[in-house]
Amino acid sequence: MQPLTAQRATLRRTPPRRDPAPSKWAYRLQRWMLTPYVRLFLRTGLPTIVLLGGIGVWFSNEPNRLALVAQLTHLRAEFEARPEFRVSLARIEGASPELSEAVRARLALPLPMSSFDIDLDAARERIEALDAVLRADLRVRSGGVLQVMITEREPVAIWRTEAGLTLLDDSGHRVAGLLSRADRPDLPLVAGEGADRAMPEALALFDAAGPLLPRIRGLVRIGDRRWDVVLDRDQRVLLPEKNPVQALERLLALDHAQDVMTRDVLTVDLRSDHRPTLRLTPNALAELRRAQGIETVENEL
Amino acid sequence: MTDLYTSQRAMRNMRRAAMQRGVIAILDVGTSKIACLILRFDGPDRLREQDGVGPMAGQSQFRVIGAATTRSRGVRFGEIAVMNETERAIRTAVQAAQKMANVRVDHVIACFSGAAPRSYGLAGELELQDSVVTEQDVSRVLASCDVPDLGQGREVLHAQPVNFALDHRSGLGDPRGQIGHRLACDMHLLSVDGDVVQNLLYCIKRCDLELAGIASSAYVSGISSLVEDEQELGAACIDMGGGATGLSIFIKKHMIYADSVRMGGDHVTSDISKGLQIPMAVAERIKTRHGGLYATGMDDREMIDIGGDSGDWEKDRRQISRTELIGIMRPRVEEILEEVRATLDAAGFDSLPSQQIVLTGGGSQIPGLDGLATRILGQRVRLGRPLRVQGLPQAATGAAFASAVGLCLFAAHPQDEWWDFEIPAERYPARSLRRAVKWFKDNW
Repeated sequence: MQPLTAQRATLRRTPPRRDPAPSKWAYRLQRWMLTPYVRLFLRTGLPTIVLLGGIGVWFSNEPNRLALVAQLTHLRAEFEARPEFRVSLARIEGASPELSEAVRARLALPLPMSSFDIDLDAARERIEALDAVLRADLRVRSGGVLQVMITEREPVAIWRTEAGLTLLDDSGHRVAGLLSRADRPDLPLVAGEGADRAMPEALALFDAAGPLLPRIRGLVRIGDRRWDVVLDRDQRVLLPEKNPVQALERLLALDHAQDVMTRDVLTVDLRSDHRPTLRLTPNALAELRRAQGIETVENEL
Repeated sequence: MTDLYTSQRAMRNMRRAAMQRGVIAILDVGTSKIACLILRFDGPDRLREQDGVGPMAGQSQFRVIGAATTRSRGVRFGEIAVMNETERAIRTAVQAAQKMANVRVDHVIACFSGAAPRSYGLAGELELQDSVVTEQDVSRVLASCDVPDLGQGREVLHAQPVNFALDHRSGLGDPRGQIGHRLACDMHLLSVDGDVVQNLLYCIKRCDLELAGIASSAYVSGISSLVEDEQELGAACIDMGGGATGLSIFIKKHMIYADSVRMGGDHVTSDISKGLQIPMAVAERIKTRHGGLYATGMDDREMIDIGGDSGDWEKDRRQISRTELIGIMRPRVEEILEEVRATLDAAGFDSLPSQQIVLTGGGSQIPGLDGLATRILGQRVRLGRPLRVQGLPQAATGAAFASAVGLCLFAAHPQDEWWDFEIPAERYPARSLRRAVKWFKDNW
């Protein structure tokens, strides 16, 4: 049954289709959005600006910054405190027991501690400040061990000063003090101001001494400039400032030829290249003169 | 004349700039639809390494990246009748194509079918000063063609050198560098109504686009629908559009004649509309779904609802047989074809060695048109579809897009026109440097 008021077809019809043409401004906007630079900006520039702006705004707030720093610090501390990084033992190698104790005292690390907190460079400098230590290698080994490899200084000479006896190594650096000469009878003795600085030269002289070595009592540095070789029987060899080793070798040759040093000579002066100068003991001098028939007046002057 | 020369040269420069930028739009302003294609130029010979694909007159250089069609509004007989309606339709098409291509286009090449095109064959000849033909000689011989009186308000749309002859040798494509004494040229000039071109220019400018070229739609649909040997041996392309039927004759790969008949598919539709008392939209639908040109006994029984929404039951339930529809359509199509025949006769198509006729355009899709055209135009008629170009959507490969596709080819590989040659030195302003140089050359 149909209703009496039949619906007109025109009423049912959908409204006429809208004009599909874009408005002038919509058209222009679309073209603008398709412009390469605009597209590039929208794709990369704008997100970057928004991101950086957001981060900037967040960081401009003081509590936020502090909270972030605290968070980071906490994370770092937590990480460093892990047992994998804990150093609980220091092992000292290559040192005598007394030196080991001294090194351990110098290390002064409150073990156990995290390996991140150990300043290995500073510790090495502290240990190397010890006179007896030539070089120290520190490394953290697995298993929480701090390994300290010590290279000791080898004493090669004894230096007698007004303050006492000192052991020196081959570079002239102090190794340790010495209470008495008798503790190290194997080491040669040097004396005089600046003897430690001229240590390599002194060692070269000891090497060159050869047959004279058992007679050497020590070397004396004169005026921080040149060496005197002090022999037993109060004999003394005055070496020049330059090329003392060659001068000593010349003396040895002379000694070998003429047995100079076994004679009654007080001083051999080698300071001049041209000739060695001998100073005889008074008795020998008087004997020499007497043999030559020279009468001298013996007086106090 | 110089004014036109400069404006056409400016368009050529703009086209070159657009090619360098790589994107150009194609706009076919027709009476029934406005089609916009967006081309991307990827540089020459991208397909060369694939076997069997040659340069193909430039259509391997580009690909279609955007295509849109919209119903045309405000265009009658291929001419713009209502400016802002057309502008909106162009905007719709361009916007949709841009949206599909996802690029912005600034340069557009347009074609239109109306504006009463008129063809002229011009001839010029020149005694060569020295016996070798130079570029300047070509320009000079083109300039020596005597231009006929085009009429009030008409402008030159195409001016293409078709043939060069040197002494007694004719049919030269490129005479430069050849030896001879007398250089002669034939030029084909197509003039159109200047106002129509101005309207189109104005419309495109209102859409924030720049015109990089303009072509006659009869010419460009000939480029796309005629195969190479047809263009070489001689053929006519008939582009049956909505409001105008374009006609172009090609021989030796040059257009030698173009004209248009101011009748088309819209007239068939309006005949149906008037004959059956139905709205244009319904008439268009009936034409495209049930139209035909040859009635058979079967068609008497095929009844078509023509409907209506007047509220009157008798009127709204009308039915016609397909035979009746064919009876309305056929005389009009015959009339169009007769007009085309008359135009072809006037153009001297009979004297061409090969008289192939190719029907294309949206109107050529009426079933049975080839049979009817054979009876009116001659035996050698075929239905043409445009060349296939890369990236063209399937919906835009039909005969209705012949001029749009042809315009793509035109954009990629334009024919040399008169304004592509240099101005001859004599035509330069008096104090031109080149003229001074020439004076020195002549006197020393």
